[in-house]
Amino acid sequence: MLKEDCASELKVSSVDWTSSALHLCSPRSLAHEGISHLAKSLPLPSSVTRPRIDLIMFVVNLHSKYSLRNVEESLHHVDATFFLGKVGFLATGAGRESHCSVHRNTVVKLAHTYRSPLLFCDLEVEGFRATMAQRLVRMLQICAGHVPGLSALNLLSLLRSSENPSLEDL
Amino acid sequence: MLRVGPGLAADFIFCPVVRSFSLQYLCLETMDSCDTPESTPRQRASSRLKDYFIGATPLQKRLESVRRQTSFVPTPPRRKIPQCSQLQEDVDPQKVAFLLHKQWTLYSLTPLYKFSYTNLKEYSKLLGAFIAAEKQKGLAVEVGEDFNIKVIFSALLGMKGTQRDPEAFLVQILSKSQLPSENREGKVLWTGWFCCIFGDSLLETVSEDFTCLPLFLANGAETNTAMIGTWFQKTFDCYFSPLAINAYNLSWMAAMWTACKMDHYMATTEFLWSVPCSPQRLDISYAIHPEDAKALWDSVHKTPGEVTQEEVDLFMDCLYSHFHRHFKIHLSATRLVRVSTSVASAHTDGKIKILCHKYLIGVLAYLTELAIFQIE
Repeated sequence: MLKEDCASELKVSSVDWTSSALHLCSPRSLAHEGISHLAKSLPLPSSVTRPRIDLIMFVVNLHSKYSLRNVEESLHHVDATFFLGKVGFLATGAGRESHCSVHRNTVVKLAHTYRSPLLFCDLEVEGFRATMAQRLVRMLQICAGHVPGLSALNLLSLLRSSENPSLEDL
Repeated sequence: MLRVGPGLAADFIFCPVVRSFSLQYLCLETMDSCDTPESTPRQRASSRLKDYFIGATPLQKRLESVRRQTSFVPTPPRRKIPQCSQLQEDVDPQKVAFLLHKQWTLYSLTPLYKFSYTNLKEYSKLLGAFIAAEKQKGLAVEVGEDFNIKVIFSALLGMKGTQRDPEAFLVQILSKSQLPSENREGKVLWTGWFCCIFGDSLLETVSEDFTCLPLFLANGAETNTAMIGTWFQKTFDCYFSPLAINAYNLSWMAAMWTACKMDHYMATTEFLWSVPCSPQRLDISYAIHPEDAKALWDSVHKTPGEVTQEEVDLFMDCLYSHFHRHFKIHLSATRLVRVSTSVASAHTDGKIKILCHKYLIGVLAYLTELAIFQIE
């Protein structure tokens, strides 16, 4: 049931992914049900009461420079404490190279600047979407503290790419 | 037991494939170290390793170059604004005039095996025979055409960036005229040419038997292109693939070509965007007076002689924000499909038309870079 829940949530986001979509996840209960809220940009309206936010995924569409700009502007509104493992970037559209307006390195540099993990996933493909949904749910569980012995900060250091020999050069 | 100095570590990072082999080699060396007291085992081992790498085979050089490219340290790309290169001065503009004002379809081509410039006449005959045989098989039947076809291979002198680049060559299919007059040249049915401009990154990784001409341009019927492609693939063990140009590269081209100094402008600067919406596709065309585009570029441009990523982004952002101010449409959310300037025009499907002979080499240099990138 959890799988369906997340797949359908991500499906909603994929309809909107031509503009940028923001994925805010927070767990509802210890039963590990995740609610995700979709937003086009930050800041969110403060009039609505909402549960605690545990994970923010910024979705960047490589086909559209507009989505990149939107994400860059939204990043300014995120509190600094989120960047300790509760923020991630998801780049979509890398599969169709001929449609790309944004270079892959731009997103890599952005993720590196904010010291956050970068995931690549072609949200148009059903199978990849389901897999990514499962992965995000797992990340969400860790960030919400539902996995004993593993915190968001631990996850961040584990996800740091080992191929990159010298991060300080960038 | 084995101490690894910093010099050794650097070598290891660059050639992971040979890493295990070198480690073994290193172990053998240090075991014999007790015989020669004059140099420390570490120094001797490192000098041996350096010798090994100097004589690296082309495969290792290729691995090194691929490894460098896929490393995560992205250097901001800078490219030279195309200028009249010295080699181009030797080229007679009339000889290359037939290359201009024609729409070429682009392909990238892997290096040709055992191709020789001295055998061009032989290749002409072989290809002519192949085409005649194919047409007789009925694979490419065009009603009403007589199949007296002549194929000509010729070298295109001067179409290169540096002296190291291989010579470009041209293939033409002409229809032989039925009239008895001998000097009468038939109509050109199909033209294709192969070239390599500033292809250093590919040239240094390829061995002697191969000729590197990564860019192939074709004009004419698609069936002819396919036939000739098949013949080349069979004869020289190479591979053609269509070269598409994505929106990122198109915006680079727009910036570089606007930056070129022109005496007079032949065409307006025009952009075409495709909006992904259902049910029908929507195309947005934006035309600017070329002098206005040049003025905009000059206000953005800082480093003389070079184009940087920031300048390209700023140039395109100015156009987008101007359009947004008037029409409230975010062009950055759409896909750039076609760029047309007085220097050249390019379409995302891999079609190009070059209008200015002064910057021919510059345009081809960028296309060669894209072709090499696609091959690798």
